[in-house]
Amino acid sequence: MATVKFTEEHEWIALDGDVGTVGISDYAQNQLGDVVYVEVPEAGASFNKGEEAAVVESVKAASEVYAPADGEIVEANKDLEDNPGAVNSDAQGAGWFYKIKLNNVADIDGLMDEDAYKAYVAELD
Amino acid sequence: MNDTLQTTVLHRLHVSLGAKMVPFAGYDMPVQYPAGILTEHRHTRSQAGLFDVSHMGQAILRGDDVAAALETLVPGDIAGLEEGQMRYTQFTNEAGGILDDLMVTNRGDHLFLVVNAGCKDADFAHIQEHIGGRSELEILADRGLVALQGPEAAAVLSRHAPGVDTMPFMTMQDVEIAGIKCLISRSGYTGEDGYEISLPGNLGVELAELLLAEAAVEPIGLGARDTLRLEAGLCLYGHDIDETTSPIEAGLLWSIGKRRREEGGFLGAERIITEIANKPSRRRVGILPDGRAPAREGTEITDPSGAKIGVVTSGGFGPTVDGPIAMGYVTRENAAVDTTLQLTVRGKSLNSKVIKLPFVEQNYYRG
Repeated sequence: MATVKFTEEHEWIALDGDVGTVGISDYAQNQLGDVVYVEVPEAGASFNKGEEAAVVESVKAASEVYAPADGEIVEANKDLEDNPGAVNSDAQGAGWFYKIKLNNVADIDGLMDEDAYKAYVAELD
Repeated sequence: MNDTLQTTVLHRLHVSLGAKMVPFAGYDMPVQYPAGILTEHRHTRSQAGLFDVSHMGQAILRGDDVAAALETLVPGDIAGLEEGQMRYTQFTNEAGGILDDLMVTNRGDHLFLVVNAGCKDADFAHIQEHIGGRSELEILADRGLVALQGPEAAAVLSRHAPGVDTMPFMTMQDVEIAGIKCLISRSGYTGEDGYEISLPGNLGVELAELLLAEAAVEPIGLGARDTLRLEAGLCLYGHDIDETTSPIEAGLLWSIGKRRREEGGFLGAERIITEIANKPSRRRVGILPDGRAPAREGTEITDPSGAKIGVVTSGGFGPTVDGPIAMGYVTRENAAVDTTLQLTVRGKSLNSKVIKLPFVEQNYYRG
């Protein structure tokens, strides 16, 4: 089973070897409301931790999705271009944004695990 | 909830319906209900939606020559309104810009005004300052206002108030609903047929619950109100129109009667009449971006050579259009339908073109 970690900006990353699948949390999609547009990065693009790697737009506003660690994009979820609603219906599954090959897998050690993230969002409400 | 926010008479109903509440114009308002903006929007276009617009300002203006007095502040033909007839107009400033847009109804012995929530204090002060000596303003702070909009609105409302289904568009009448004395107009802000219902604030929840009990009616928040009005090509004050935009630039010439164009006699008439004769230097247009990316308010508009020609004033996703839509101002030379425009979104240039408003055909009752 892959390790799943969460950022304070509500991205999740599921690590399989040195490749992490990244999306936004179910809490985040619920806060955004209906997602109508997603812009995913191109394969081959490199990002540093905290850089804007994707954009998610609800009816009301556009939000950035940040890279949770340094790495290079190996695949983007192009299905979201035609079906952005998958971010709402299955944020932590079919609504994934991109897969990133991490420069250093230890970079995500400091992120929250699922229990810590649940406690974190409970404080926000 | 922020303590400094005001609440409408329907606040506890919104909370009990599970609305997501946000600050808007100083009020704690429902941006959406659990159904979400897309579902609420589509429901309004296919059946009927109930909107709380009690934050808007309602007032009565009285006086021996009240229509002539108000005409000094607005370019609309107020003296020409038949009793019961309603008209859209704007408060203009001396520079010909727009202080607010409003609805005015001739109620026989007085005028009934509905103004925007965010402008109401300033509007009422403006009335007092300019025509307070020749008219009497009564602010109806205790009244509620709800809108019932959509193709099923007439069938729903006429079950509770027989006869309202044949009320002409842009008229107002006194109607009793379930024993509640209401003031109903056939008007709205969605492009659909529908009504706006003014009533004593303490009975607002009772009326809203009566209408929500109808199978065709769902509560609709401010999020869908915005997407519905944008698809209908209607201006939002503070975005598509403001103190710097004239009614002519905004494409609101239709709201200025022939007599007013000839006679003037309202604040800013010099600029407005000049622009009617010579055309304004910029125009509000509808913009249809290629692709799926929304172009939001503030997006820069350039011509194909890269020269800046305008800015988006409202933009987002149109659920009925099923794609991005926008409105904005461009130079007159670029305002013709089918003109190619470039929108700069996150540093990338998107192709788009000018289209004739509205994006979605208006579905008003025409008898």
